[in-house]
Amino acid sequence: MNLTLKVWRQNGPSDEGRMVTYKVEDVSPDMSFLEMLDVLNERLILAGDDPIAFDHDCREGICGMCGMVINGVAHGEQRATTTCQLHMRHFADGAEITIEPWRAAPFPVVKDLVVDRSAFDRIIQAGGFISVPAGSAPDAHSVPVKKDDADAAFDAATCIGCGACVAACPNGSASLFTAAKITHLGLLPQGQPERDSRAKAMVEQMDLEGFGGCTNTGECTAVCPKGIPLDTIARMNADYLKASK
Amino acid sequence: MSDQTHGYKVGEPIRDTKAPEGPIEDRWDKRRFSAKLVNPANKRKINVIVVGTGLAGGSAAATLGELGYKVKSFCYQDTPRRAHSIAAQGGINAAKNYRGDGDSVYRLFYDTVKGGDFRARESNVYRLAQVSVNIIDQAVAQGVPFAREYGGLLDTRSFGGAQVSRTFYARGQTGQQLLLGAYSALERQIAAGTVEMHTRHEMLDLVISDGRARGVIVRDMVTGEIETHLADAVVLATGGYGNVFFLSTNAKGCNTTAIWRAHQRGAMFANPCYTQIHPTCIPVSGDYQSKLTLMSESLRNDGRVWVPVAKGDTRKAADIPEEERDYYLERIYPAFGNLVPRDIASRAAKNVCDEGRGVGPGGLGVYLDFADAIARLGRDAVEKKYGNLFEMYERITGENPYEQPMRIYPAVHYTMGGLWVDYDLQSTIPGLFVVGEANFSDHGANRLGASALMQGLADGYFVLPTTVGDYLAGATKFGDVDPEAVEQARDAVQQKIDKLLSVNGTRTADSYHRELGKLMWDYCGMERTEESLRKALERIPELREEFWNNVKVPGDPEGLNQALERAGRVADFFDLAELMCIDALHRTESCGGHFRAESQDADGEALRDDENFAYVAAWEWGEDGPTLHKEVLDYEYVKMTQRSYK
Repeated sequence: MNLTLKVWRQNGPSDEGRMVTYKVEDVSPDMSFLEMLDVLNERLILAGDDPIAFDHDCREGICGMCGMVINGVAHGEQRATTTCQLHMRHFADGAEITIEPWRAAPFPVVKDLVVDRSAFDRIIQAGGFISVPAGSAPDAHSVPVKKDDADAAFDAATCIGCGACVAACPNGSASLFTAAKITHLGLLPQGQPERDSRAKAMVEQMDLEGFGGCTNTGECTAVCPKGIPLDTIARMNADYLKASK
Repeated sequence: MSDQTHGYKVGEPIRDTKAPEGPIEDRWDKRRFSAKLVNPANKRKINVIVVGTGLAGGSAAATLGELGYKVKSFCYQDTPRRAHSIAAQGGINAAKNYRGDGDSVYRLFYDTVKGGDFRARESNVYRLAQVSVNIIDQAVAQGVPFAREYGGLLDTRSFGGAQVSRTFYARGQTGQQLLLGAYSALERQIAAGTVEMHTRHEMLDLVISDGRARGVIVRDMVTGEIETHLADAVVLATGGYGNVFFLSTNAKGCNTTAIWRAHQRGAMFANPCYTQIHPTCIPVSGDYQSKLTLMSESLRNDGRVWVPVAKGDTRKAADIPEEERDYYLERIYPAFGNLVPRDIASRAAKNVCDEGRGVGPGGLGVYLDFADAIARLGRDAVEKKYGNLFEMYERITGENPYEQPMRIYPAVHYTMGGLWVDYDLQSTIPGLFVVGEANFSDHGANRLGASALMQGLADGYFVLPTTVGDYLAGATKFGDVDPEAVEQARDAVQQKIDKLLSVNGTRTADSYHRELGKLMWDYCGMERTEESLRKALERIPELREEFWNNVKVPGDPEGLNQALERAGRVADFFDLAELMCIDALHRTESCGGHFRAESQDADGEALRDDENFAYVAAWEWGEDGPTLHKEVLDYEYVKMTQRSYK
């Protein structure tokens, strides 16, 4: 396959940035999207050009480090798929592909396609945990958990923290990310003692970081590689309201 | 003493591993009681550096923070939650015996020593089995959503190398859920101010002052600044070195730099040749391949492994009738069948492919077939158990495993070797502790499935926080760090960066890494011979020389420079590769993941040589070649036998 890429290049947070066009030839349909970029970068290095910076690590769809807006869609058009798991067989030969970083004020660009997502860590710091120091836990079977609750908690807990939800949201909201953690811990008996304080603190931190509000657009869940359901946000709002009374 | 033909010297044996004596079940209790405690008021003044935020490093940093130490934590990723523990799929072992199927601490201990092919320490493994039960309690209390049954209690499944059901799991994402548990505990401590987090920082050297590990030199990967961080103890939790093979199931960023620098500063490196080749990975599809993806071993619970009986049979799987299929694991190992340990399953796959019976492109693959399981349990039940794995397989290969068998092939997955540590997890450098995959201690020559998560968390939540305290009780007398030691370490780091950027040759670091990896896979991979290893030892220095004279690293030392990061890691992989081959060459026996073709029994199984090799090979670094120190392994409880899974 031969492709034309239009890639966002930005040499640091203060640089204005621009789209740059690259031709990539002899792409195999079995390549992953990032392998296609590896091939381009190897070529750029040998030509004495600056390779395209992008975040990636596990390349098996679970670490959450990779993420690009591909043809206007966070992680590309393939549903439930991270950028690293997207394969070139889903593109047509001769296609033109635009590649941009996550765009949201709380995610400043570090370089090219690399953004700073540390705001997510600070939301977790505000309350995305159960306070249980090592060594103090009771036997694991002392508190049975209804299978349905455990399964629903798991579904929310699969969030990989990639930030696609924010990139896709017209408001730049981090509601799906925050709600996923509030739902995961709020559904479990172990999470009850801190349920109110957690919801309140995490939502307030989310606002403090400059993420927008949720207007139920649903773009977030549509691009989420793990399919975190939208109803987690309803749960977060209910918990937040109850905690704020 | 020296061995000129192998290019190494033999030094003094290691006589004391600091394990307490007495009955094995009392040793950890004894050590916990004998370990000195640190006054809570003093803990606030004691600094500990933890490098790496996977299960071992994340849990260690969080727990040390909870105890009141001043902790600095470092990771190369943009957030600690990305560490590669997150990719572990199958599960975590624990001797809970919730099923009442005959499990016990002693049985987990026994299985692990046997699975490790009698090359692990009994005292360490027993402790691991003991604390395994606490890990499950801790994780559940943190909210880790393990799989549950309708009664609300935890579900378990069986795994390779065991005949009891002791593996706890969270669908195919157990590593993710356990890591997010450790991550949340770590973030809680960051919020509490006990842990200072440094993301996108890579450790490039260790500071040693007055014989003690007192700090690290790191590079801020965003600004390029070289920083010094000092402390009273340093904990390395930087994972394994499987990426020396370029293609492995490791994350792209996984590297050996932190432990290799520590090795060059005096920490011994134990059993570097023990590498685990995982039997169930997605085969290589082309020369652009950047990594390999594992399909959880848990799939072998329900999937049946087979190849055609006839060589060169290119029919589709569905067109090959039952009697023309060879379910070779079930045939050769009737007792364990598809659940034999990883090293055995991997080699069996290689053997049938070498016979010309492999499937898929290049004949480098075997089938993992779920047709029987789907017929027996129904598609829904199979989807519930393995849904995400099936999806992942389809995304990568474009093939639907519900309709045609998966194609799998072995790939480098885990390294049992690592920095040598004593019972306290302390290396041969005082004050340098090593936890998780980065150390060598618990898995011998082969790690059983679902035991990596167990070891990482055992080290981080339970073992290290006790043993490091014993060392830190003396911290008030450590004195100031020698400024010259800091300068010297900083200069070494700076010089290496300047050198890499100045070569300006004609090949990229990645292309050298690929070539080194291929060489290691061919000559020091699933099967090793004296001839192949000698070839590797001839070729590695040549390739390294070429690398240092012809690599092209673009850009500046300042700012984000991913090509520079990679080049630095590749440089260290060259040195490590050489030590791995020396170790593999010197160990003329086969054991676990180390298969020397010269040492096999009549059935082609690994043949150990207990008389000559029942020891840990701990290597000391030297300018003019390594020195071997042997730690003899005693088996008081588990009788050394030839492993049999038949």
